[in-house]
This record gives sequence, structure tokens and C-alpha cells, in this order.
Amino acid sequence: MTVPVEITINGKACAGDVEERQLLVHFIRENAGLTGTKVGCDTSQCGTCTVQLDGVSAKACTVLTVQASGSSVTTIEGISDGVDLHPLQEAFWNNHGLQCGFCTPGMIMAANELLRNNPSPTREEIRHGLEGNICRCTGYQNIVSAVEDAAKAMGGR
Amino acid sequence: MFPAQITYHRAGSVAEAVQLLSSNEGAKLLAGGHSLLPLMKLRLAAPAVLVDIGRIEALKGVSASGGGITIGALTTHAEIASSDLVKQHAPVLAEAAALVGDPAVRNRGTIGGSVSHADPASDQPTVLTALGATFNVTGQGGDRSIAAGDFATGLLENALEENEVLTSISVPSVPSGAGSAYVKFPHPASRYAVVGAAAVVAVSGGTCSSASVVVGGVETTPARASSVEAALAGSDLGDAALDAAAAAVGGDLNGDPMGDVFASAEYRRAMAAVYVRRALGAAASRAG
Repeated sequence: MTVPVEITINGKACAGDVEERQLLVHFIRENAGLTGTKVGCDTSQCGTCTVQLDGVSAKACTVLTVQASGSSVTTIEGISDGVDLHPLQEAFWNNHGLQCGFCTPGMIMAANELLRNNPSPTREEIRHGLEGNICRCTGYQNIVSAVEDAAKAMGGR
Repeated sequence: MFPAQITYHRAGSVAEAVQLLSSNEGAKLLAGGHSLLPLMKLRLAAPAVLVDIGRIEALKGVSASGGGITIGALTTHAEIASSDLVKQHAPVLAEAAALVGDPAVRNRGTIGGSVSHADPASDQPTVLTALGATFNVTGQGGDRSIAAGDFATGLLENALEENEVLTSISVPSVPSGAGSAYVKFPHPASRYAVVGAAAVVAVSGGTCSSASVVVGGVETTPARASSVEAALAGSDLGDAALDAAAAAVGGDLNGDPMGDVFASAEYRRAMAAVYVRRALGAAASRAG
């Protein structure tokens, strides 16, 4: 059976009829067509499906679409204006903060919340703030450097 | 991975949730979903009906109540970790909340969902048992309270009746002069506690007047470390006394120690003594 849902994604209302068991990450990718948000481990551990749900980071593989109906979601596609890169994207580019790139959307979404709560984190605090995101290329050094760099660019220090 | 087919209801009130549970055999409550949905994806749980209580505002937030605080069942780990009231009355609970999972999990996961899931590797059941908390539930038969230590009845099993909803948790204040601490050995991927230890230590006239020590992750429910508590009582809480007390935890873990591919039962028992020692050291240093 399907039920109607409506979720505001990156400021745009997205309506659909979905199975009640559908996960939010599949609604984002398949119904809204936004494939920046990835499905990685599918067990709430790797964090590559991280989005902002009603203003806080959430793992979209562990939320039902019907649970999120009526909510607002921001995905990796929604953090920049489509012309200029977000400072975090710019910093990941400049610091080679990615290798295969699969974890990158989740890393940037998690880092975005981290910098909102703590505009000038230490390297240790960055590692702690990103502990729900796994880079299987093990490229953490440059990811931490990228977030540090973005914090400076965003005016933290 | 998808959950099996479900029928989903969103409850607008606790009364509606109780009614939906009563009229749908085998229905399960859904709050943040961070314990239940992973189980459903693995087919370790397959409820036909989910009753979503996640938007019931009356179940959210922390308030002061006589001699302690009351925490709504839907209060998230992130909210507990940053709550001034929790830090003031039961700082160990905020300390443990900050160690649950990771930031995204703490944003969605709720204290009521976590304790109802009754996973012995969860942090808050261990801490709430050490604090002597009380769980308040509502069902078709009315309201009742369950002591934290009696709430988990086995691995992933709790004392709730089929149609009951956990609505809030009452936590007595840690007495002034007492120190409390929670330390854990987190699983490197899931951050669940391989071993977790909570301690509340009260001091009077330079000696330990009372202690409450609970170990999680080792047995199927949080284990009270009575031998450790007895060894602490009347001691000077010096290093030698804490070493001896922590070593006594072996005598409290005779039940049914768990083991898995990551940590054997024997290893968990060995780590229990190590982490109890660390919790005692931290709690004693904060006492007085």
C-alpha cells in the first residue's frame, strides 16, 4: 500500500505516494532525483546518507519517509547556490579531502553541523564531530584539514 | 535494505497511541527509530504495524520535579547532553548521553526509545539503574511506575505490557557531595558499549558513605555490582581501596555473560574490572 507524503527538500516541496516502509534516503534519491546523498552501510554507521532533517543532521537510511512527511530536508545539493561552492566544498577541493568521494556528501553535511555548533573546532573536536562518518579510503587527515580550513574561511578564526 | 511491509500510524497523543496499540495486535511504537528500524531492516523485528509517537510534544523535554528531574521519553540524547537541568541534577546522565552513537544518532535517538529497546550495550539503562531512576508508563489500565533496575527483563525485552507507553523517566538528584561518572569501551564502528560502567559515590567525613555501581554490556541486562558497592562502603576511596573494590566485580557477573566475534565473554568480564576502576576513580575525584 502507498500513502501520500510531502517533504520540503532544499526549499522545494516534493510530494509522492510511497510505500510505508520506504526509507527517506530512497525518497531523496529516487522520488526527488537527488543522488548526492548516498546509501553506504545501510546500518546507521557510515554516515554517507547524512542530511539535515528539520535543521539537524540525521542519517537518512534510518528514517522512514512517512516519519519525515511534513518536515524540511537539506541535502548536499542544497548547501550551495549551484554557482559558487560552499566553503566546505571549496575546502575539501583545496585540501584533497576525498579519495573515492563516496563518503564526501555525508562528511560535508556532518561538518556543516559541527561548524554551526562550534565555529572554531580543534582537530580533535573535528575528529569527534565526524565520528559518525566513515571514510573507507581512510583519508581522514585531509578531511580534518579541509574542515579546519573551512572553519577559517567561514570566519571561525 | 528495506524493512518488511508495514502499516504506519502517526499518533497525536499518548491516549491515541495506547488505543492504536490496543487495537493492532503486535504493533510497535516508533520514536526516533534508531533502535527499531535497524532491527527491522535485519528482520530481527517485523512488526506489521508501527505507531509513530515521534511528534507528541507532551513527551519532550526536561523539567525539575521534587528532588530531581523528569525527562520526557522523546527527549533526544543531544538534548540531554546539553541540558543545564540534567547537568545540574544528574551530570552523569549528560556525560553518558554525549557518548551515545555519534552526533546524527544523538539528534534522532530518544532516551525512551533507547531504554525500551533494552539493548544491554546501550548506555542510558546502565546509568539510570545506577541513579535509581523510575520509569513512568501509561496504558489501558492507567498509569504505573517501574524501577529502572526492573525495566529490562532480558535481552531486548522490557517490562512494558503490549499496550503500554513509556512516557517519562524520573531521575532523583545526585546528592550534594557525591561524585558520579560513566565510562565505556565503545565498539569502534557502532559506538555501542562493549563494556560500560556507571558509578555514584557519596562521601561523608572522608569515607565512602554509599555507592551505586552498575555494569552494562556484559550480561543481558544492566548488572548491579553489589560486591563493588560493599567493598567501597566505609573505605577511604584511595587508590588501593578503589583497586580492591573494582576487582570484586567478578563476583557480580555470574549470570549469563555475552560474547560475540568482537569481544568474548571472558574479555568483557576482564574489561568490566578495568572500566569499573576507571568509573570509580572519576566518580571519587568528583565527590566531596
